[in-house]
Amino acid sequence: MTTPLFSVEGVNVALPDPNHKSLLGTMPMVEILHDIDLEIEEGSVVGLVGESGSGKSTLGRTLVRLLEPAAGTIRFLDTDISHLDEQAMRPFRRDLQVIFQDPLSALNPRHTIASIIGRPLMLHGLAQNRRAARRLAQEALERVGLPTAFAARYPHELSGGQRQRVGIARAIATQPRFVLADEVVSGLDVSSQAQILTLLDQLKTDLKLTVVFISHDLSVVRRLCDRVVVLRRGEILENRPTAELFEAPAHAYTAELKAAIPLPEVDQGWLASQ
Amino acid sequence: MMADAFLDIADLSIVLRSDRAHRLLRSVDLHVNPGEVRGLVGESGAGKSMIGKTIFDILPRAVEAVEGAVTLGGTDLLALSSNARRREIAAAAALIPQDPLTALNPVRRIEGQITDRLTAILGFSKKAARDRALTLLEEVHINDPERVLRSYPHQLSGGMRQRVLIAAAFAAEPKLIVADEPTTALDVTVQKQILRLIAEMQAHHGTALLFVTHDLGVVAKICQNVTVLFGGKVVEDTDVKGLFAHPAHPYTAALINATPRYDRPDQSLLPVPADVIEATRAEIAKADAEWLSQRGQTLKAAS
Ligand SMILES: Nc1ncnc2c1ncn2[C@@H]1O[C@H](COP(=O)(O)OP(=O)(O)OP(=O)(O)O)[C@@H](O)[C@H]1O
Ligand SMILES: Nc1ncnc2c1ncn2[C@@H]1O[C@H](COP(=O)(O)OP(=O)(O)OP(=O)(O)O)[C@@H](O)[C@H]1O
Ligand SMILES: [Mg+2]
Ligand SMILES: [Mg+2]
Repeated sequence: MTTPLFSVEGVNVALPDPNHKSLLGTMPMVEILHDIDLEIEEGSVVGLVGESGSGKSTLGRTLVRLLEPAAGTIRFLDTDISHLDEQAMRPFRRDLQVIFQDPLSALNPRHTIASIIGRPLMLHGLAQNRRAARRLAQEALERVGLPTAFAARYPHELSGGQRQRVGIARAIATQPRFVLADEVVSGLDVSSQAQILTLLDQLKTDLKLTVVFISHDLSVVRRLCDRVVVLRRGEILENRPTAELFEAPAHAYTAELKAAIPLPEVDQGWLASQ
Repeated sequence: MMADAFLDIADLSIVLRSDRAHRLLRSVDLHVNPGEVRGLVGESGAGKSMIGKTIFDILPRAVEAVEGAVTLGGTDLLALSSNARRREIAAAAALIPQDPLTALNPVRRIEGQITDRLTAILGFSKKAARDRALTLLEEVHINDPERVLRSYPHQLSGGMRQRVLIAAAFAAEPKLIVADEPTTALDVTVQKQILRLIAEMQAHHGTALLFVTHDLGVVAKICQNVTVLFGGKVVEDTDVKGLFAHPAHPYTAALINATPRYDRPDQSLLPVPADVIEATRAEIAKADAEWLSQRGQTLKAAS
């Protein structure tokens, strides 16, 4: 057996509790994730689904160590990265890319799209100078279906779905080994969506890219993911191959999710139905 | 103008100030009756959010409306002064914006961000506004409304922030709600509950709803009528049955074909074909040429 890209064992994550005022020095915490065990094979696409607020984004952010686990271990290949500080994480950053759920807040409003995508490339030594960075940025824009002329624009000059695709372009431009994609196609029309899904599929086949794909769109998850992990209230409820999960959901909650998917067929009684 | 429409947009064009021949909305007609749900769909970048921004007078500085009318409950908004217009809108309509995190003030707790509307518009006392906010959060299926009221936006999940904005929009019981992709961060079970809630609201208050979405499944379940936008131009305006049974425009048909379905995992996912895009663009270029030939001189004179 090959080493998984990620192995997560017994991870708990706690965050500050807004219900309590912080008393000098001691910040009361609430546990958001509880006892998470998870292995992610290199070159696989893992869907992460579940109720809003169940902890999907928190789990994703912990994997790439934007958050630190309170207990348990996270291994990236052979390295235990559970408690590495920012400095020690730096060599991994190029390989661990994140596409955030809120595209506008994740893009620096004062930078052009060219520099938003290009800067990290210079930082990681993938482009020697600005011109090279700009060219790579334009290539990345093309791959996500945006005109290269957008390189000169600022984030606020784009539509929601266009910004979302800039986030995708920035993440794939560094040719990472891993991408956390947090709700990345929900703001896209189905045609742009198809293009992005095809792109992710290609990167997976050509570069063995590994993806954790957080999404509420189960039709897309079914299409794209090799496995699906269902989270509920900070715990893993199911973790199974996609086809199996959809054909025979082991859990009532998973079945409930499936039943609530609106199919594109006119049905006035659907809203009232259970 | 449609006799009974609450929102009536007629012949609306908006342009870039730096290049007034460049239209972002192209002679758009769109109306929503009291109690109606109208879906607004179309490719990313088509101008869906610009329509909402025009109604609420929050267009980016780089663009401006150059012609057309936006009528709300019989009042022509574009004819009003900016102040009068904002007052009119605040009293009658609410927007659920597309980007929840930037729509919320990051350094303020959620409580004030919901109750402001209640105290300012409906004259609620502070205590009454808080109670109402708690009820609203429960209605959008937030489990721990007390905690959410005390939280800052970054302490909430994406879907919780979205529901906070939905609650805030409902707070002042508006006659029109423009919802710009309001359920993208909600799981399907919560989404269904929220859609049901919206339907109930409409039944009670006769709210007109303009629902921007990419999800044709949601369109099929909640909309009576649908406007399809491409490149800032309305390419189809139809009732929902017609949309799925016999789409009139090739772009609409292609959009429906590109919709993934969990019950058909083997159906290949094809983007809208290039020739459909090309033909639609050509149609738009033709309309633009006509529009410009009629107005080219006045447009130049104004800039
Ligand atoms: N910085 C924070 N401080 C305190 N609590 C937080 C913080 N960030 C998230 N939470 C809480 O953690 C829980 C899980 O949030 P998370 O964002 O991981 O959910 P999610 O599954 O991604 O939901 P969604 O689908 O709505 O995006 C929520 O109850 C949220 O309020
Ligand atoms: N300040 C600006 N300058 C130039 N173009 C702009 C500016 N702001 C927006 N645009 C362009 O206007 C068009 C319409 O944008 P809008 O946000 O209305 O799209 P949308 O249909 O809501 O798309 P999405 O589904 O991606 O949210 C887009 O193509 C966008 O790039
Ligand atoms: Mg999330
Ligand atoms: Mg938009």
